[in-house]
Amino acid sequence: MPDTRPDATAPSGSPLLALEGVTVRFGGIMALSEVGLDVGPGRVLGVIGPNGAGKTTLFNVACGFQRPDEGTITWKGERLDRLRPHDLAGLGIARTLQGLGLFERMTVLDNVTVGADRHGRAGFWSGLLALPRSAREEAALRERAMAALEELGIAHTAPRYPASLPYAVRKKVALARALVAEPELVLLDEPASGLSGEEMDELAGLVRGLTSRMAVMLVEHHMDLVMTVCDDIAVLDFGRLIARGSPDVVREDPAVVAAYLGDDVGQEA
Amino acid sequence: MAERTLALPDRLRRVTDDTLGRHLLAGLVGAVVVVLLLSFLGGFRVSQLASFSYLAIAAAGLTVLTGLNGQLSLGHGAFMAIGAYTTAVLQRTELGLPLVVVLVAAVLVAGAVGVVVGLAAARLHGPYIAGATLALAIAVPGLAIFWRDLLGGEQGLTVPLPDVPAWFADAVFFLTATDPSSSRYVAYLAGLALVAVLVLLANVARSRTGRRWQAVRDDEVAAQLAGIDLGRARVLAFVVSAACAGLAGGFMAFVVRLTAPSGFTLTLSLTLLTAIVLGGLGSLTGALIGAGLLTFLPQVVTSVGGDVGLSDVQSAELAPLVYGLVMVLVILLAPGGLVGTIRLKRAERAARRAAAAGATASTGAPTSADERTRAASGTGATTGPEDPQHDAPPSTERKRSS
Ligand SMILES: Nc1ncnc2c1ncn2[C@@H]1O[C@H](COP(=O)(O)OP(=O)(O)OP(=O)(O)O)[C@@H](O)[C@H]1O
Ligand SMILES: [Mg+2]
Repeated sequence: MPDTRPDATAPSGSPLLALEGVTVRFGGIMALSEVGLDVGPGRVLGVIGPNGAGKTTLFNVACGFQRPDEGTITWKGERLDRLRPHDLAGLGIARTLQGLGLFERMTVLDNVTVGADRHGRAGFWSGLLALPRSAREEAALRERAMAALEELGIAHTAPRYPASLPYAVRKKVALARALVAEPELVLLDEPASGLSGEEMDELAGLVRGLTSRMAVMLVEHHMDLVMTVCDDIAVLDFGRLIARGSPDVVREDPAVVAAYLGDDVGQEA
Repeated sequence: MAERTLALPDRLRRVTDDTLGRHLLAGLVGAVVVVLLLSFLGGFRVSQLASFSYLAIAAAGLTVLTGLNGQLSLGHGAFMAIGAYTTAVLQRTELGLPLVVVLVAAVLVAGAVGVVVGLAAARLHGPYIAGATLALAIAVPGLAIFWRDLLGGEQGLTVPLPDVPAWFADAVFFLTATDPSSSRYVAYLAGLALVAVLVLLANVARSRTGRRWQAVRDDEVAAQLAGIDLGRARVLAFVVSAACAGLAGGFMAFVVRLTAPSGFTLTLSLTLLTAIVLGGLGSLTGALIGAGLLTFLPQVVTSVGGDVGLSDVQSAELAPLVYGLVMVLVILLAPGGLVGTIRLKRAERAARRAAAAGATASTGAPTSADERTRAASGTGATTGPEDPQHDAPPSTERKRSS
């Protein structure tokens, strides 16, 4: 895999999304414990850690699906405490799910067009009466969706239903649905799971390509991929942030090696 | 798909490509059919068509709610009752309100109740929505007995027939050289209202709103991430559906000429559900076919029963039996309903063609490691994406995926 990372020590600018002292408890379990993280424009932040470390919970907090018991979340300096999940897209944050979460009874094109929904304005009445305004907007949204499918090289699947497609293609559909929103930050939860090595290389190139348009937060178990595409890596273990830094720093961090990386790198790299 | 449309003349193609154009064209054809049928058919057929029209209006509204938005309502007969009683009460006043005003009132009242029920339903899930709407179907006719003075108790309210406007009488006389009866006037309006409702609902289904409804149905978490407010989408779908049922109830009052609790038993709600399941959930054409079957089948069955020597009572008993059988057969053999099955066949053919054309050779199955991580995580604090809604009966695509 070619190393396409820019200088990892480049300044990150003012952060887009920042978490401070975030704590989430599920009964006795500390899913997250005073976690502080931030990601700036054009940066790729990797979040790694063993199963159950709290990675998905972290994403859920960032998306308003999970209220933190303590701590604050800010987006471009503004607090997001009262955020409901559906407000997120409007702010410019998109996310793919650890499961695919595709709309199984809608075509691929419709799936991706839903992702473009935040660029639409047409309300119920203009749709009911099929006003020209609504028709024009529909055409524009479809065009966006087609462009997103083309960018990922799966435009030919537009009229198909997700269930009829290979798993790797379905993952691309889910990705297209997130990217078509043209977010400023995209959260990818295990985008490489279930992909072949070749497909993973393609994904790495794609993620690096996104940095000209958006910031990326990436949860991933495949160390190869994480080390290749991330500018910054945060390591979670039992809900605690045990390390944070560039791939090289994290790789050498004794706490990380002890807690997690040691055996896993041996397996996967 | 492209090849077939290319064969059409260019101008026609442009019209049919455009959603509104296609729906308006279909609506126009529908309106012409309604006018022709109702102008030349005899009185019995006319009243049968009127019954078909109001049943189809309600079924079309219900298929949008249950098929497109995944909310199962067992109580849509209650909204028909609300529309019918609103119509009966207004029509019995001395105000002499125009028919259209009375019907609009029926739509508005049913829609307003739909807001309240929809708000409650949006907070509930699958079986609980079904239970709540079931309770509604049972409770609403009871109100007529509670408010006996206003709503007429068990006996119900007779509904005075509307006056036939002069312009309508002239137009029909011009076409058929006869004076139209009041019930023919109602049948015309019901038929044309059905056409209008179908055009409007088809528009919504193809719009941003309809897409949002489907997204909410298929995956709550992913829909929210796309910026869709689940509650608002659900309430809107409920209101639209309730408003259709209210309009249907209004026409029912005029067609039956009596609005009584016995007309709005649970059977009515279940009949509507039967219609949309038979035709194919979420399909307006399916709702139309289902409503047609339910209107015309009993009569066919009864007359066949008479032909093979059954008594009137026996052949009348035969109709529900045949319904039941048809329903079971459809669920067993064509779970997507009639329209859904045709679509499935078409999609399968397209997929075969695509495969033959040499599609991607990428490996499809997720690795076992991936299954493991997916199973191990609790994605989403509300409903996980791996936990799709259970409230929608089986549909084509879902069947295909499993
Ligand atoms: N909704 C919930 N209720 C109770 N406990 C939960 C919930 N969600 C997560 N947890 C627990 O919180 C911890 C962190 O879970 P999380 O899903 O965030 O881990 P993860 O790092 O994403 O793991 P994986 O790599 O398996 O996806 C786990 O112990 C999990 O069992
Ligand atoms: Mg996870």
